[in-house]
Amino acid sequence: MNWTWLHKFASPPHAYRLAGRLAPWFGWPAFLLIVAGLYGGLVLAPADYQQGDGFRILYVHAPSAWMSMFIYATMSVAAAIGLIWRIKLAHAVAAASAPVGAWFTFVALTTGAVWGKPMWGTWWVWDARLTSELILLFLYVGLIALRASIDDRDRADRASAVLAIVGVVNLPIIHYSVYWWNTLHQGATITKLGKPSITGEMLWPLLTMIVAFTLYYGGVLMLRLRAEILRRERDASWLQKELAA
Amino acid sequence: MERTSPAAAAMLMYRRDLLLAFRHWDQVAQPVVFFAMVTTLFPLALSPELGELRQLAGGVLWVAALLAALLGLEFLFRADHADGTLEQMLLSGQPLALLAVAKGAAHWTVCGLPLVLVSPLFAISLGVPTGALCTVMLSLALGTGILSALGAIGAALTLGLRRGSMLLSLLVLPLAMPALIFGARAIDMAIEGEAARGPLLLLAAMLVLVLTLAPLAVGSALRISAE
Repeated sequence: MNWTWLHKFASPPHAYRLAGRLAPWFGWPAFLLIVAGLYGGLVLAPADYQQGDGFRILYVHAPSAWMSMFIYATMSVAAAIGLIWRIKLAHAVAAASAPVGAWFTFVALTTGAVWGKPMWGTWWVWDARLTSELILLFLYVGLIALRASIDDRDRADRASAVLAIVGVVNLPIIHYSVYWWNTLHQGATITKLGKPSITGEMLWPLLTMIVAFTLYYGGVLMLRLRAEILRRERDASWLQKELAA
Repeated sequence: MERTSPAAAAMLMYRRDLLLAFRHWDQVAQPVVFFAMVTTLFPLALSPELGELRQLAGGVLWVAALLAALLGLEFLFRADHADGTLEQMLLSGQPLALLAVAKGAAHWTVCGLPLVLVSPLFAISLGVPTGALCTVMLSLALGTGILSALGAIGAALTLGLRRGSMLLSLLVLPLAMPALIFGARAIDMAIEGEAARGPLLLLAAMLVLVLTLAPLAVGSALRISAE
């Protein structure tokens, strides 16, 4: 079987052009869906009978929390592909993803804090979900710091890949141990939303926002990937021609 | 020429590392002194009341032990990297993962084991009842083992980097948090007179898991760092 079509994706010139072409196809739908989702969430959806209008931060909070984990998974898969098959472009994808993921984690934590203040009466509780999200932020920061402190690009790529894989093996352990810790220590002083059966009017904007955030990540990834390729291939002759054209 | 078997090579590596470590007694003593200092800080900062300290003892002992064991990790591969021994290890044809296990075991013997041995002394000073001392030692023995294995990954990745020690703690501490949770909990349960079997078994399971997987990660990280 002929695999050249597949190998083309790993070549920087092809990926550079493809990413440039794909970026608007991610970006515009993301923009439109965010507008639609925010309108649905902030205007159309009814106020919650317990939380009033405060619950509306959900439409930013939950998609961010989803993205923080989705991006970590994407990044680790890319890192593993780069490590196993020595595909430099996969490392570039991982490098471009990490700061976006860290930022989404940070957004999820801050929106959670803002939400927690009126609902639970405090900015922060040592709840299991909050704590594992915080540890996820530490893992992201560690990855970014490791990459930043290694000058040699090849070594930085592969070392970050090993760390990303170690992190992904550890994430479930961290997640469940934190749950176990919390259930023993706190009991039910704070009942989470506890999966209330959410009405359709509240649900569709949430799903729209989740899809929109995922598309947004796709668009930003394409732009960041192009920047990453520019940085890595700055001495390559194809790039000189591409930029001159 | 006869070829050294992998097991023999690992044993040689272990004995060599111990010999080198005990040539520098100050380095062996440092983690213990650090552990003593940190556990002393807590009563000064919180309260001299034994009843209050007892409730915090599990956490205090574990945090102090984590930080003390972290101190020595930075030096795990550094000297070998600096004088070229690491390259010889890579070229020797011996399985790198096994050599990493030997080095990790030597590190634990020098850094972790002394902490475990002195821990009852500090546990008593924090008001831990004598019945719980066994659990204290066991949970710290398992926990420092986990930290040595996880820390070896971090040490291999940050080998030869500027400000590697800060980075090392940033990489290793989040990964060690599950061990901290179960370890401190085991001590708490023992202090309250409950059977601490559950968290101890979970700690042991974690140790088995990291002992299985970490050497592979250390091996590939060493290859990446030494190139």
